[in-house]
Amino acid sequence: MSAFKDTMVITQRQLRLLTRVPEVLIFSTIQPVMFVLLFRYVFGGSIDTGQPGGYVQLLMPGIFVQTVAFTLAGTASGLAEDLKKGLIDRFRSLPISQSALVIGRTLGDSLLNIVVLAVMGIAGYIVGWRPSSGVINVAIGFIFLLLFGYALSWVGIYVGLSASDARVVQNVSFIITFPLTFLSNAFAPTTGMPRALQYFAEWNPVSTMVAACRELFGLENQFGATAGSFPSENPLLTSFIYMLIIMAIFIPLSVNKYKRAAD
Amino acid sequence: MKSVIAEDLVKTYRNGAVRALDHLSLDVEEGTVLSVLGPNGAGKTTCVRILATLLRPDSGRAMVGGIDVIKHPEKVREVIGLSGQYAAVDEILTGWDNLVMFGQLYHLGKKQAIARADELLERFSLTESAKRPIKTYSGGMRRRLDLAASLIVKPKVLFLDEPTTGLDPRGRQEMWSVIEELVKGGVTLLLTTQYLEEADQLADEIAVIDHGKVIARGTSDALKKQVGGERLEIVVEAHNVSKTMEIVASISGNKATLDEGLRMISAPVSTGATALIDTLRSLDTEGIHPLDVGLKRPSLDDVFLSLTGHAAEEKTTEEEVPSGRRKKAKK
Repeated sequence: MSAFKDTMVITQRQLRLLTRVPEVLIFSTIQPVMFVLLFRYVFGGSIDTGQPGGYVQLLMPGIFVQTVAFTLAGTASGLAEDLKKGLIDRFRSLPISQSALVIGRTLGDSLLNIVVLAVMGIAGYIVGWRPSSGVINVAIGFIFLLLFGYALSWVGIYVGLSASDARVVQNVSFIITFPLTFLSNAFAPTTGMPRALQYFAEWNPVSTMVAACRELFGLENQFGATAGSFPSENPLLTSFIYMLIIMAIFIPLSVNKYKRAAD
Repeated sequence: MKSVIAEDLVKTYRNGAVRALDHLSLDVEEGTVLSVLGPNGAGKTTCVRILATLLRPDSGRAMVGGIDVIKHPEKVREVIGLSGQYAAVDEILTGWDNLVMFGQLYHLGKKQAIARADELLERFSLTESAKRPIKTYSGGMRRRLDLAASLIVKPKVLFLDEPTTGLDPRGRQEMWSVIEELVKGGVTLLLTTQYLEEADQLADEIAVIDHGKVIARGTSDALKKQVGGERLEIVVEAHNVSKTMEIVASISGNKATLDEGLRMISAPVSTGATALIDTLRSLDTEGIHPLDVGLKRPSLDDVFLSLTGHAAEEKTTEEEVPSGRRKKAKK
């Protein structure tokens, strides 16, 4: 019970940071909204998707997934900063549940994602995004996105605790997330990629997430995934398994790493 | 009763390549202040981190408040307060936010946490800046807030790791008076510092550590006696050296030594300023005008020189520069 309360206090701290520095919230939403507008108007006109409603229908799930994937970087650099400032030492010297700090942070970062996704959804709607699958499916889609972000923030905890410097953390996080988001079906059809990359793109969790969201938002078109492969046939299930695997590996790994942060 | 006991602590880093603690033992009597004095890299922080449950030693035993640090770290955390070298508070949040948050993490109710935060802010003269983000605070204010955070639940044992390092003289004075206040309140305190002056001011007892070991221990007076008291130092022109040495020797009652390169004559004195004035008078009578003159109090360097034969900062021994003049400039 007290572990739960401790966790909530840390989550509150994450949220309070947002109210104290509204710029963080503003910039974490401006960036994805900018991506929406850029991709929508730069590529939207030249990529022939055969999709009723146009490229933006395919694009939005891609950008949603990309945005939640960047949770990894946010969590990692925030934690690295705390570590550098000695704040983690203070937390670790308190009589609180040792995992409260990391769990609280992952929860707080997920709550930030809710706000960001909401703002992006509105921006998408303004530029023509119209999911056609009904409220419930769309809601499930968003919950799925939040879960994915949550799983990745555990990877972020591990990265944040492992690196020695906050700037390194930023770089490492981007090295992980950029190829993952671009070697996928998020923005362009995978069929144009070299064969080996196509396989990678198909099994890439970002692709399966994007495909799952497209399915939940009522789209048939999967941007040319090879018919018959398991992930492209079962994107929802595959994505779910991926999330479980990520959490099963990184939650114990990160909690353990945190407990021994100084050894 | 001993509130803190460390026995034979060993801690190595990088697979044994760096030996931070080398069979370190110390203890602190309940309600007293022990200052762990040593240069950078002597193992002070490692020692504090082990006692505050942040680090596990490779071997050895440690008890804080009668609780085994290695076996029951979670219980130790309930009775200690820790304030580190860096002000470990959230810079973006306000002082008030921080203290309320830490209060809640100490499992005070929200109301209690708020009451305690207000009380501590008042006590550390931070009420006016309570609602400002920490990043707008001065160094001294940050340290005071950090200290306040470590006092939320009135710890039995308080660890302060170099509480004034990096502060300007005013910040240091303020911090000292705050710490003195605490000590009067009866807290058991283990304080690490690089400054002999600080240890002198605040501690009942001093443990000097070097290379991860306690090399001397005692009251400040006892240590100083071991090191020698003040030294009188005078620089004169070459042709006045021998006469000056005679004067210095007769006034101090001790043998005067000469640093030929600097033409600096020095001798230990027990009467401090009086000896200085007497010497200057005699020199004046002789028509000798000193180029530089000063009284030097024993510093950490001197403690180290006399205890270990090497200077506190390894660099100074490598440079082979007599450090007397530079040190005088610091006063």
